[in-house]
Amino acid sequence: MNVMKGRLFHILVPVISVLLGLLIGGIIMLVSNYDPIQAYSALIGGIFGNGYNIGETIRAASPLILSGLAVAFAFRTGLFNIGVEGQLLVGWLASVYVGIHFDLPKIIHLPLAVIAGALAGALWGVLPGILKARFKVHEVITTIMMNYIALYVTNAIIRAYMLAPGERTKDIKESASLASPWLQQMTDFSRLHYGILVALIGALFMWFVLWKTTTGYELRAVGFNQHASQYAGISVSKNIILAMAISGAFAGAAGTMEGLGTYQYMTINNAFTGVGFDGIAVSLLGANGSIGIIVAALLFGGLKIGALTMQSTAGVPTELIGIVIALIIFFVASSYLIRWLTNRFTKGGKI
Amino acid sequence: MKKRTGVLLSLALAAGTLLSACGKDEGGGSNEGGKKDAFKVAMVTDTGGVDDKSFNQSAWEGLQKFGKDNHLKKGTDFKYLQSTSASDYAPNLNSLVREKFDLVYGIGFLMAEDIKKVAKQQPNAHLALVDMVVPEKNVASITFKEHEGSFLVGLIAGMQTKSNKVGFVGGVDSELIKKFENGFKAGVKTANPKAEIFVQYAGDFNKAEKGQAIANTFYGKGADIIYHAAGGTGKGVFTEAKNRSKNGKKVWVIGVDRDQYEEGLPEDVTLTSMVKRVDTAVDQVSRDTKDGKFPGGKVVEFGLNEDGVGIAPHKQNVTKEALAKVDEYKKKIQDGSVTVPKTDKEFKKFEADMKK
Repeated sequence: MNVMKGRLFHILVPVISVLLGLLIGGIIMLVSNYDPIQAYSALIGGIFGNGYNIGETIRAASPLILSGLAVAFAFRTGLFNIGVEGQLLVGWLASVYVGIHFDLPKIIHLPLAVIAGALAGALWGVLPGILKARFKVHEVITTIMMNYIALYVTNAIIRAYMLAPGERTKDIKESASLASPWLQQMTDFSRLHYGILVALIGALFMWFVLWKTTTGYELRAVGFNQHASQYAGISVSKNIILAMAISGAFAGAAGTMEGLGTYQYMTINNAFTGVGFDGIAVSLLGANGSIGIIVAALLFGGLKIGALTMQSTAGVPTELIGIVIALIIFFVASSYLIRWLTNRFTKGGKI
Repeated sequence: MKKRTGVLLSLALAAGTLLSACGKDEGGGSNEGGKKDAFKVAMVTDTGGVDDKSFNQSAWEGLQKFGKDNHLKKGTDFKYLQSTSASDYAPNLNSLVREKFDLVYGIGFLMAEDIKKVAKQQPNAHLALVDMVVPEKNVASITFKEHEGSFLVGLIAGMQTKSNKVGFVGGVDSELIKKFENGFKAGVKTANPKAEIFVQYAGDFNKAEKGQAIANTFYGKGADIIYHAAGGTGKGVFTEAKNRSKNGKKVWVIGVDRDQYEEGLPEDVTLTSMVKRVDTAVDQVSRDTKDGKFPGGKVVEFGLNEDGVGIAPHKQNVTKEALAKVDEYKKKIQDGSVTVPKTDKEFKKFEADMKK
């Protein structure tokens, strides 16, 4: 009974949060003189309406799955990796670099480019990991700062060595591309690419490592209680560094989704892409589990793509979806409140 | 447990009915009433949005003017879609094409790649791109003769400098910004052959502090007028000019893209601005397309002749003599007796010809 309750609650909190977010979003629309029914039907049409929209939704979800996994993996070891954004940027650049400058058959080139992106992300994640393990520097501070370093370093490298007309790098070679004419044709020329497979493999990998290996057990143990783990003979430092490396590798792989899939090049970014930060929300909504993260990423990807149609056919600004997403996060974060309320309802006051 | 789910479910249901009840009061959405035969035109902004006080805003003003002149309905016959990130460009362009808009604009060269892809996938769509050339037969490329407008503000700078030293701050060293630089240099040299011109590129369009540092150097070396073609970096040039003016040393800035008079207040340091009439261009191309003369596959250049570039309407800081000179050369450029250089090579030739 108790187990059931816990599991049900885990599913209920995100679902209620999403519903509440949409509901309050609708009220905000009403107050601002938009028609929420029309807006939400446009939104749904913008997610499932035709092949193009479905393709774009999955396309937008692929990097979100990986950035969500990155946040979740670190969180399982008790770390807040706020640096997914920066790890994503270096991963993006590394994959594009390999995509442009290597000449290999596709079967080697494409995996190599993805691995290069993941390795670059891992490197970017390991640095805060080492600082945390060795010098107890809080990872929130260092990962946030590493974001800015990543943003400006990648921009400077593109400007100095890889610049093509239009403030970007050259296109990657066909042999490194995740894009698939077949998938694009099927979805009416959306930018859907094979990256979704990489993301799903990533999700499987996280589940396997965390729950089916000794390493995963140690990582989770450190996440639950560092002191107890140390007493049990688990090396806390080693696990912190390892967790940050794997987390960074997920983030770097998210960057390859953009570099090898959606864009096929890297632009000079004036600001963060937001995909890394959205990963925090995805992981929170997905309760740090593989399946939850896939569902949450699809939801957020859908909201973002659907928002474009909502803007186009119902005239509702895309910012409103930003508000809805923020509300959903707010409600998930305040799940304690929901827990308390449901307990009130069901147990008549007894906690 | 059943009871709890029941409560929650009914909560959700109640919420749903509440929502739908509210929705009904609202009535008639903006989606109705658009007739099929009306000409429909739309634009996709870059991440700046239509209130960026620059490019996108200007383009939207042009589209609104076109819509008003032709009695089109905002939202159905003409509208804009805002992009929240670079990955939104393609879906936005695509959705407008799918909604059967007769003409779709992409504002800014950042959209070039996406316009190209959409143009290839949708051969029947009519697309237009501002500030970059995409050689596809269903894309109209709109560019501006920035060198001509820069030449005019160069004349003013050459006439009004007291120290015979002026500066040019560029954003990123590129073909586009070189047009500004060389036009400006040619203008200064024409009006004042003795003038010395400092040139520096910030390497960034969005680094106000870098613009300020360069302006500090230029003013320190004795320049009294600086022309910036550096977007957000130019804000720093204004800051530095205002600081110096506050301390009693009057220096000037020449603005770019739109009338930057307000940028120079309250110390009033904006001498004039080189304006790029994106609104005129958008209005003009929309008109042509409506009349069945869509300039697909062509590069439509807007220069002085087309009223696409020029000096800003705020003219109180410009002397009468300088304005006379501007008018004189405007005519000469228009009738072809003066050709303004675009590239470094052309400028060298221009300078050599001048000395003859």
